[in-house]
Amino acid sequence: MAALKRMEITFRLNGEPVTVADAPPTLTLLDWLRETRNLTGTKEGCNEGDCGACSVIVTDDLGQKALNACILFMPQLQGKAVRTVEGLTGPDGSLHPVQQEMIRHHGAQCGFCTPGFVTTMAAAHTAGRTDHEDQLAGNLCRCTGYAPILRAAQAAQAAPVPAWMQESLPPKAPPQTGADAGAWSLPTSSEALAQWCADHPDGTLVAGATDVGLWVTKGLKDIAPVAFLHACTDLRGITQGPEGWRIGAMTDIETLRQTLTPHFPQFGEMLRRYGSIQVRQAATVGGNIANGSPIGDSPPALIALGATLHLRSTEGTRSLPLEDFFLEYGKQDRKPGEFVEAVTIPAQVDTLSVFKLSKRFDQDISAVCGAFNIVRHGGDVAQARIAFGGMAGTPKRARHTEDVLCGAPWSEATINAAMAALEQDFTPLSDMRASAEYRMQAARNMLLRCWHDSQGATTSVRAVQS
Amino acid sequence: MSVAKPLPHDAARLHVTGTARYIDDIPVPAGCLHLAFGLSPVARGRLTHVDLAAVRAAPGVALVLTAADLVRPADCSPSAHDEPLLAEDEVHYAGQPIFLVAADSHLAARKAAALAQIDISPLPAILSISDALAANSRFEDGPRIYGRGDPDAELATAEIVTEGEIEIGGQEHFYLESQAALALPQEGGDMIVHSSSQHPTEIQHKVADALGVPMHGVRVEVRRMGGGFGGKESQGNALAIACAVVAQMTDRPAKMRYDRDDDFTITGKRHDFRIAYKVGHDAQGKISALVFEQFCRCGWSMDLSLPVADRAMLHADNAYWLEHVRITSHRLKTNTQSATAFRGFGGPQGMVGIERVLDHVAHVVGRDGTAVRKCNFYGAPADRSDQGALPPGGAAASPQSISAKAIYNGTRTPYGMEVTDFILDDLVARLESSSAYAERRQAVAAFNAQNAVIKKGLALSPVKFGISFTLTHLNQAGALVHVYQDGSIHLNHGGTEMGQGLFQKVAQVAASRFGVGLEAVKITATDTAKVPNTSATAASSGSDLNGMAVRAACDTIRDRIAVFLAERTQSDPTDIVFADGMVRVGGLEMPFAQAAKEAWMGRVSLSATGFYKTPDIVWDRIRGTGRPFYYFAYGAAVTEVAIDTLTGENRILRADILHDAGASLNPALDIGQVEGGYVQGAGWLTMEELVWDQTGRLRTHAPSTYKIPAASDTPDIFNVSLYDTPNAADTIYRSKAVGEPPLMLGISALLALSDACAACGPCYPALDAPATPERILAAVARARGALP
Repeated sequence: MAALKRMEITFRLNGEPVTVADAPPTLTLLDWLRETRNLTGTKEGCNEGDCGACSVIVTDDLGQKALNACILFMPQLQGKAVRTVEGLTGPDGSLHPVQQEMIRHHGAQCGFCTPGFVTTMAAAHTAGRTDHEDQLAGNLCRCTGYAPILRAAQAAQAAPVPAWMQESLPPKAPPQTGADAGAWSLPTSSEALAQWCADHPDGTLVAGATDVGLWVTKGLKDIAPVAFLHACTDLRGITQGPEGWRIGAMTDIETLRQTLTPHFPQFGEMLRRYGSIQVRQAATVGGNIANGSPIGDSPPALIALGATLHLRSTEGTRSLPLEDFFLEYGKQDRKPGEFVEAVTIPAQVDTLSVFKLSKRFDQDISAVCGAFNIVRHGGDVAQARIAFGGMAGTPKRARHTEDVLCGAPWSEATINAAMAALEQDFTPLSDMRASAEYRMQAARNMLLRCWHDSQGATTSVRAVQS
Repeated sequence: MSVAKPLPHDAARLHVTGTARYIDDIPVPAGCLHLAFGLSPVARGRLTHVDLAAVRAAPGVALVLTAADLVRPADCSPSAHDEPLLAEDEVHYAGQPIFLVAADSHLAARKAAALAQIDISPLPAILSISDALAANSRFEDGPRIYGRGDPDAELATAEIVTEGEIEIGGQEHFYLESQAALALPQEGGDMIVHSSSQHPTEIQHKVADALGVPMHGVRVEVRRMGGGFGGKESQGNALAIACAVVAQMTDRPAKMRYDRDDDFTITGKRHDFRIAYKVGHDAQGKISALVFEQFCRCGWSMDLSLPVADRAMLHADNAYWLEHVRITSHRLKTNTQSATAFRGFGGPQGMVGIERVLDHVAHVVGRDGTAVRKCNFYGAPADRSDQGALPPGGAAASPQSISAKAIYNGTRTPYGMEVTDFILDDLVARLESSSAYAERRQAVAAFNAQNAVIKKGLALSPVKFGISFTLTHLNQAGALVHVYQDGSIHLNHGGTEMGQGLFQKVAQVAASRFGVGLEAVKITATDTAKVPNTSATAASSGSDLNGMAVRAACDTIRDRIAVFLAERTQSDPTDIVFADGMVRVGGLEMPFAQAAKEAWMGRVSLSATGFYKTPDIVWDRIRGTGRPFYYFAYGAAVTEVAIDTLTGENRILRADILHDAGASLNPALDIGQVEGGYVQGAGWLTMEELVWDQTGRLRTHAPSTYKIPAASDTPDIFNVSLYDTPNAADTIYRSKAVGEPPLMLGISALLALSDACAACGPCYPALDAPATPERILAAVARARGALP
C-alpha cells in the first residue's frame, strides 16, 4: 500500500473540518457519508444524479450550491464545505424554516425524497430564489405530486436564513499535486493540466462528473488515471469583449445560463432545461462538448451561434469551428494530450431560436434539440446557421437546409422547401426517446415554428394559461 | 377527538431531518454481507454455461450462489410457486436473476456480479400482446368472461355502433427507496428480517419456506417504506429470501438493496393493456350495449396477475349503467418482467377502457363528454326500486328524459352488485359548478378557434372504485394494543406505512377511543410477532381494516377499565366517558393515566388484541357474480391542457378535483393522497413510457430514461377538495379508503389531451397512452384525417 499513497482531502462537513486520507478517488460523497460517517439522512434514489434524493449543499469560492452527492467524487470536495440534511438543523435542534414549512404543509409522505428536497430548498432559500419549480426540478417525489412541497417552499421564502447556515471554507491548504501521480491528480492551472495530459494521454478528465460520474456508478468502470479539473481556476469563467464571449471550459452551465440569458434568451431558457440546478451547477461547458454526446444540449446552440472551440495541449492551442470537432458517434477531433480549453462565441445580434423536445419538460434528455440562427434582411434570409442534437450520431449542422434558406425570401414556401431539405441532412435513429419518423417530423416542424413565431403566433404550451 | 383532524404525518419531523430510518439506514452488526444478483441479458433461453470463476475471485466476495447451490429450492411467488429465486435451466425474461453474490460491500457485490460469463442458448421470446396471442401463451386455460344481457343482439339493433381500440402502457412504480431487505441470523436458526415490504406476513411465509423452518422461526419487521404503490406487495420477496438464505448459510447478517437500474430491470410494473371495444348507442350517446376485450400483458410468472385482470374487468363499467355487456379478459404470458400490483390493481386500466368508450361515443354523437357521461351514470340510490327498466320507447328517448337519466338507468353492476351509495350526480354537479366547467368549455373552444398551433382541451372524468380485496379472505386485520401503567399506549397492527399516513390515522383512532392526545400513543413498526397472519397493505384497505381492528382492541381495554371503575362507583360501565385525557364514570373523574394505573393495581389486563373482518362480501371470481366490494369510493376531476400541434408537447394547465373520502379520518393526509394520486395517474398516462427493445430488454431503466412527473408538471392551478359526507357503509368513523381511487382522477388528463387533439380536425384522434409528444402528434394527424 505504501506505493499507493493517497492524497489527503480536506473540507468542512456540517461546519466541522474533516480530513480524508484513505479514499479512493472515485469514492462518491454519498457512499462516504452513508457508509463511513453513518450520516444516513442523505439517500440514494438513483445513483445517477437524476432524482435529487442525495442532494447536499456544497460551498466553494463561488457560493453555495445544491449538488447530487451520488455523482460527486471525494477529491472534488478539496477546500470546500459540505452541508447535509443533518446540518440543516440548528445546534439547539431548531428546524430550518424549510423543514418547518414542509411539516406544516404536509410536504413529506413516505419521506425518502424529503432530505434531498429540504436540502435543495435550503440552498435556494439561502440564495433568495423564488422560482421553486425550477429550483426543485431535480428532486423527484413520487408521493405528493409536489403541490405541498411548492407551498412549503413559498411559505419559507420570507423567513431569515438561520445563522448556522453560514459557511466558512477551510484554510487553503497547498494542493498536493503529484503526491500520487499514478492514481489521481488535482492540477491547479491549465498549464499543469496540459502537462498531466501529456503524461497521461489516456487519462480521464473529471470536470463536473455529471457524465463521468455515471461511468463509475453505473458502468462500474475504473477511470484511472484521473485528473480533477475544478482547481484549474484559469479555465473557469466567461469574458466578454468586442469580438464576443470567451467561455472557459470549466464554466458551469448555470453560470453560462445566467451570463448568456440577457443576450440569447432562448439559449438561456434551453440551458435552464438542460438539467436540474444540481446538474447545471456541476456540469461544465467543456465537459458537455468534450464527451461528444449526440444529445448534449449546448453544442447545437453554440454551433448555430458560430462558436469556435479551442483545444489546448503542451504544444499550444488549436482552434476549430465547433461543428468540426464532432467527427462521428463517439469520436471527436481531440488529439492525445489535448483538452478543451474554451469556446468562443462571436458578437452578434440575437436571432437565435432554440427548441428542446423531450417527454418531460424539465430535467430530461432531448429527443431532438434544434437551434436556428436565421438572420433576415429585408424580406429575405441573409444567413442561416442551423444545428441539431438527437438527429445524428453527433451534434450536426443542417447544411442543405441552410442552403435552401440562404438568400430565399422569408416565406412559408421557403420554409416548406427547407423542411423538405432536412431529409438530406439527417437520417435519425429510433430509440426509447422517440422514433426516427417522429424525430424527422418534429425537426421539420421546428422550422415551421420559426415561421409561426415570425408571424406572431402563440407557439408554446408554456405561453398559455387556463 | 383526534379523528378528523388535519394532523401531520406521524414521522414528519423525522422525515425532514433525515432521521427517519429506512432499511439501508439501519446500523448493521459487523461482518454484514451485501448482496447483488447477476441478471439474464436474454429474454428467453436455456442456460448452457455459467462461469462464475471471475465473480468468485473478485475483491471482497464471500459467497456466490446459483440455483444448484441452494440447500432447498427457494421460490418467490406470491401465488403459483412459479418464481425460482435463481433461474434453474431456462431464463424467462431479460433481467431474471441467475446467480447471487455476497460481498463485503454493496459496490463490491455489484462489481463482482458484472464479471460473470454466461452462455445462453436463445429460444424464441414472446414479448408483445400480439406475440402472446399468436402463441396462445396465457395464464388460465382461456379468457375469462363476465357479462350480462345480450350485447350481441343489442349491438345488431343499435342506432349507432362505434368500435375502437386503445393501447395503455404500463408504469414503473418508482418508489424513491428501491427494494431492500436485511436478514439478521439469530440463535437456533431463527431469522429476523427487516424488509421494505407491504406484506410482512408473506415475507415471513416465503422466507420460512426457503429456510425450511416453520413460520414461527422467522420474524419480519417493517417500520416504513420509502414508497410502495403496490410495487412492494410481492416484489420484495426475492431480496428477503436471498438475504435469509445467505444469512443461514454463513451465519452472518446479509443486506440487499437493488441499484435503481436493477430495480427497474428485475421487478414487475403496472400491467400494460390493449382494450378493444364495440359499443352500441343512440344519437345522444346513451349506451345500449358494450363489448370489451381486454388483453393484459402479465409477464413471465403469475404473480398477482389474475386478481389484477379481474379488477380491470370489475371496473370496466366505472360509473356507468351497462345493461348489456360482455367483458372478455385475456391474461397473456410473456417473456418480460412479471407485471404486478400497482395502485389501482387493474382498476385504472379497466376504467381507461370505459372512459375511452365514452370519449369516443361523445365524439361520434358530437356532444360534450360530460353530458354523455352523465346520461350513462348509474341510477341514483333514490331510484333503486326501479331495476334499470327502460322508459317507454327504449333507447330512443327524448333529450329531456335523457337528462333525467335516473328514471331508467339501473343500479346493478355487470357482476350483479347493487350500487347503493352512488353520489356522482351530486358530486359531479358540484365539481362542474366549482370548476366553471361550462364557461371554460366555451373559453377553450374560443381559444382553439383563434390559435392554429396551440390547442387546448378540457375533460371531466368520474371515478367509482370498489373497496375490498377481491380475494375475500384477505379482508381481515388484527391489532395489538397495550396500555402501560403510566397511561401511555403502545399501538401495533398489521398495516404497513409507506407514506400514506396509515399509522397516523390509526393512531388517531386509538387516541380517540381512549380520549387522549396523540402524544400518548406510540406507533410501532409492523411486526409479524405482534400481529400474525396479516394481509398486504393494499387494495386501499389499510385504514378501513386496521382502524377497525385497533378500535376493537382499544374498546376491549376500555371496557375492562369501565367495568373496573364502575364497580368501584357502583355505576353503569356503559356510562363511562373517555374524553379530553380524562375518564369519567359515576361521579368519579380522573386522568386517563391514573385510570390506567388504578386498573393495573386492580389486576386488570391492559393489553388486548383486536380483530376485524369486512362484513357482507361474497364473490365468485370464476362466474364473475356477487358482491366483491363493501362499498365504492367516488371522485371526479376536470383537467385542462394545452398541446403543441407541431411537436406534440403538452402541459396540464389546471386541474379541479372533488374526491370522496367519506368522513375523513385526516383531511390533510387524504388531500395528500388525492393530489399525489392525480399526479401519479396523469404521469402514467402522459410522460411515463416503458420501452422494451426487440430483444425484450427494457430500455427505460433509470430516471434518465423513464420520466416521472417533476415539480413543474404539477398543474399551475390545482384545486382539490374533499366531498365531506359520511360513508353509507359502517366503516371506521364512516371514513372511506383513499389510497388508490385518486390515481384514476388522472384519466381526465388523457381525456383532455384527446379533446385537444380532436380540436385539430374532424376525425376521432384515438389517442393511446401514454400520451407522449410523439403519440399526441400522431393523434393530431389522425384527427386531421392524415393517418388511419
